[in-house]
Amino acid sequence: MKKPTRKLVLAFVAALGLAAALPPSASAQAVKSIRGADVSAPEVAPGGFKPIPDQAPIQRDYVQQPPLIPHKVEGYEVSKNFNKCMDCHAWSRYKETGATKVSLTHFKDRDGGELSNVSPRRYFCMQCHVPQTDAKPLVGNQFQRAEGLR
Amino acid sequence: MSDNNKTLMQKIRGAGWSAIAILFAAGIVFWGGFNWALEMTNREKFCISCHEMEENVFKEYRNTIHYQNRTGVRATCPDCHVPKEWVPKMIRKIQASKEVYGKIVGSISTPEKFQAERIRLAQNEWRRMKANNSQECRNCHNYEYFDYSVQGRRSNQMHQTGLAAGQTCIDCHKGIAHQLPPIAQDIGADHGGVVPEVMHPQPPKAQ
Repeated sequence: MKKPTRKLVLAFVAALGLAAALPPSASAQAVKSIRGADVSAPEVAPGGFKPIPDQAPIQRDYVQQPPLIPHKVEGYEVSKNFNKCMDCHAWSRYKETGATKVSLTHFKDRDGGELSNVSPRRYFCMQCHVPQTDAKPLVGNQFQRAEGLR
Repeated sequence: MSDNNKTLMQKIRGAGWSAIAILFAAGIVFWGGFNWALEMTNREKFCISCHEMEENVFKEYRNTIHYQNRTGVRATCPDCHVPKEWVPKMIRKIQASKEVYGKIVGSISTPEKFQAERIRLAQNEWRRMKANNSQECRNCHNYEYFDYSVQGRRSNQMHQTGLAAGQTCIDCHKGIAHQLPPIAQDIGADHGGVVPEVMHPQPPKAQ
């Protein structure tokens, strides 16, 4: 038997032994998702979570966190024509509406140049700022607010 | 002789009475038919029988609270766009003949044409609602009966200050049942659109 052929046969035998030693479901158990169903199984029905009604601004959990949206946003239009968020949170509008004004960090273009108005790359507010529902955490955790913010 | 005269008079009188009765009945039939025809053009089904309405404004409206909601109480097209009172209703219906002309010449026959015209059409409707103090909103939402204690934090505050300052529903509530035309919002370069004075008219007492 030539050397490469022997190696190949040995590898084959080893692979067979390993497959026999492991229970058949072991590989499936190894990837257990917290969504509670197999990846190939049909989508789990959404929980029917309700948006939380209007409340006072929610305190941040860490310094760089985009502030959370403390109000309902159902039916808010954010399209090419109109941005509902900016209808209250723009610098020209916040005094009248009593909303929090957009952060100065949103007035920079991608090269760091200062602009006199909100940068178009910040247009889709809800990519970072998210509304809240009454959903409970999927798994228990010991997350604590950053020390400087407690 | 006199008997014959009497008979003639009676005949004339009888004919007069029956003419009045016939005219009265015809009046009822005509008025009923007119009203029926008018009401037939005042239904959602009639409105979306034109593809212009069905493919543009109706599609957008289907995602809003006036189409589908918790209790199933709806406001359909004519509830907002046709006045309920007789005289304003007749005026609006006569004005709508221009919309029939628009349909025939196809002025908004494609979504692209509609989007281009939207800025003008939306402002027409805002102007109409502003002029009648948002009567079509107030047919259902009577602000004298608002219970501020169950309104949200924002609506509670804004409704009281706005209404005290003499503002009307449409001053703030634009684009609630359809998408908005381009609005000038000062984000990035100037793209035109509805100017802030139209989008957020100042309350009369502040001017």
